[in-house]
Amino acid sequence: MSRMLDVMETDIAIIGGGLMGTAAALALRRQQRSVILLEQGWCGAQASGVNYGGVRRQGRPASQLPLTQRAHALWQQLPQIIGTDGEYRPCGHLKLARDAGDMQELLRYREMAASHGLELELLDASALRQRYPWIGQHAYGASLCAADGHANPRLVAAAFASAAERAGARLLQQSAVDACVFDGNFFLLQTRAGMRVRSRFLLNCSGAWGKEIAERFGESVPEQPIYPNMGVTEPLPPLMNLSLGVVGGGFYARQIERGNVVLGGGRGQGQLALDATRPRVASTFAALASLTEMVPALRHAMLIRSWSGVEGATPDQQPVLGPSATTPGLLHAFGFSGAGFQLAPAVGEVLAELVMHGASSTPIDAFSIRRFAPH
Amino acid sequence: MNDASLPQIVIIGAGPAGVRAAQTLVQAGLRPIVIDENSRAGGQIYRQPPPGFVRSPKTLYGFEAAKAEALHASFKQLLPQIDYRPDTLVWNCSPDQLDLLHAQRHTTQRYSHLILCTGALDRVMPFPGWTLPGVYTLGAAQVALKAQGCVLNGRVVVAGSGPLLYLLAYQYAKAGADIVAVLDTARVGDKWRGLPQLLRQPLTLAKGLYFMAWLRLKGIALLDSVQEIAAAGTEQVTSLRWLRHGKASEIACDAIATGFGLRSETQLADLAGCRFLFDQLNQQWLPERDAAGRSSVAGVYLAGDGNGIAGADAAELSGRVAALSLLEDLGLPADLSQRSQLQNALAANQQFRRGLETAFPTPVHWARQCTDALLICRCEEITAGQLRHSVAQDGSREINRLKALTRVGMGRCQGRICGAAAAEILAQASAQELPSVGRLRGQSPVKPIPVSAALAAEQSKGPA
Repeated sequence: MSRMLDVMETDIAIIGGGLMGTAAALALRRQQRSVILLEQGWCGAQASGVNYGGVRRQGRPASQLPLTQRAHALWQQLPQIIGTDGEYRPCGHLKLARDAGDMQELLRYREMAASHGLELELLDASALRQRYPWIGQHAYGASLCAADGHANPRLVAAAFASAAERAGARLLQQSAVDACVFDGNFFLLQTRAGMRVRSRFLLNCSGAWGKEIAERFGESVPEQPIYPNMGVTEPLPPLMNLSLGVVGGGFYARQIERGNVVLGGGRGQGQLALDATRPRVASTFAALASLTEMVPALRHAMLIRSWSGVEGATPDQQPVLGPSATTPGLLHAFGFSGAGFQLAPAVGEVLAELVMHGASSTPIDAFSIRRFAPH
Repeated sequence: MNDASLPQIVIIGAGPAGVRAAQTLVQAGLRPIVIDENSRAGGQIYRQPPPGFVRSPKTLYGFEAAKAEALHASFKQLLPQIDYRPDTLVWNCSPDQLDLLHAQRHTTQRYSHLILCTGALDRVMPFPGWTLPGVYTLGAAQVALKAQGCVLNGRVVVAGSGPLLYLLAYQYAKAGADIVAVLDTARVGDKWRGLPQLLRQPLTLAKGLYFMAWLRLKGIALLDSVQEIAAAGTEQVTSLRWLRHGKASEIACDAIATGFGLRSETQLADLAGCRFLFDQLNQQWLPERDAAGRSSVAGVYLAGDGNGIAGADAAELSGRVAALSLLEDLGLPADLSQRSQLQNALAANQQFRRGLETAFPTPVHWARQCTDALLICRCEEITAGQLRHSVAQDGSREINRLKALTRVGMGRCQGRICGAAAAEILAQASAQELPSVGRLRGQSPVKPIPVSAALAAEQSKGPA
């Protein structure tokens, strides 16, 4: 018989060491609350660390604009928050239109966004090419969000984890949670290695695994794992000075300071397991075709690597963020459907507010887990 | 017409292992596909010059001429009975399909059975000045000679560890190159300790001793116990410095060929999903292979130096072994007594290999000694100091984590060049054994591919 280890007591236990979990840990430490975070692998090694790195508000639905605006303000203070700029560059995000129909869509979006204080500039074909001569003839127009941009997810995810740890959060990596129950007052967690944690609050920040944790508390979420398909070219001379997307989402691309163009589009493949994801050649090729249609100079580049990772997606592409519908003290933040990177700093603060005050100062009702409850 | 139910056997690599595997399958009445990155069969060791070049096999391959000729002749005979795809890079491997690049075009190839004969690459150990023009690996220096009949220009120093130092110096001197010194990091004592196992292959040992004697006779300086080599120069290497028994020396030169042994090329086995184990002898993570050449993935077989360095003779044997096991798995007649004879011969060869490792150890203390300023990853320009900083600052203990945080191994070579050195520095800096730092995950493409090849493939699909 192996001796049971002592129970570790904490105010808040967090399952998942991705950006959401570590941002929450950091925000809660700033409120002097004790935090233990459990991560089955390495912090930030899944979707948080291998995603595209878009720091983008443009294109998000109205329900996400208050949260994304809050996050945007936090990105401006990133070095103060996590001790590094994470290669964050607010160089602009350009969403391209292929035809008049796309342009109409961008126009409608601009009106909606303006009502939330997000200013976008529409460019017709000639204005677009005058300003960005590297954009090809297939572009009909575009919408520019000048203060959006991109960052390096590998660095940002790791830096949030380090910052949380420096702030006093206890990060238990390589610690998969085997059991978690609520006894009416406290959450009791046990890891595969036999460590036990007791907490007043439990934060489910488990990404693609969020559904499994929710199910243990009787909450069903139709979350599916998705596998973003990413690739990168060799370093090239400076060409694209902003992050690029297209109406309909055929591809997204950004050029990093070293010169490589990071691109994504379509889906890879995998199983819901660590290190079991692979990109798909068909997705990579389709994204390259789409990208080079808009940026013809990239036809002459070499592709040096491709990769994938695991994210969780919901049917309405909205995250599950907010209190549990069944269990007091349980808070969810998962299923960001491929668009969580920019939101993370704000999600951390919202989770801390929910713990401290029981309410978020930013509207999050649209993300409630109750929307999936059987009627 | 392709019948999806018929076995579709693909051999990757047309070196000694691939050729003998193909021959064994053809003898059993099968018609394998043989895909090779080179233009002509023979692999690295028996590399053939382009058609029309007239250098005799004796000049090209020395003592190994008879074996080279035999392998080339066998392959020539096989040609009508195999589907040979030279000049073709396999850049990705999925469970039943390969992605290929040939003449800048992308194609795919379905397979049911795969024999990976992917060979080896020089083990690169960075030293000051290793990226200067004029500094080559032994392998590159040898390719120049075998493929084009060229030698490195001017005064050449051969430096490093391993028996190939003396072979290359001999080949180069015979070809008229100006070899000014051979600097061996191994000590005399190492060689004596390796002797008992080396005596298991007296002929091979004798060849090695002959190369050394011949070089001495020509008045070429052969120095052992050499430490801390460093290439100097600004635009181009102009000299090589080293320490020997505490004394610093320097020799003027125009080129350096360096070798620290070989490393298996395992990227395709990784993408094929093979399970890996850390191999102490090779100091490398290698795909798991049973004695019959089977990997951990059904239908995927491993042969030759792509699965641990054993040399060309062993590659011919293991190529046959893998093919016989494949025949057995297909339920076809396979000479299993022949297979066990081959397996015995391979086991004996492994003893000799252990002797070589003792006689020519990879320089120890290297990772501890190298300065922070030393460039480790030339694709991403990452220094030893940056790696150590990440260990100290971020607590990196695992190689993929180190990659994520520093970009080491993220560039064009995906760690094929720098991965071994980065792992040693990580292990040393984090006070762990080498196996504990893990291995770099392979990602496709295993070598860079042109975007234009992807676009041509998309166009040929027609409008959506």
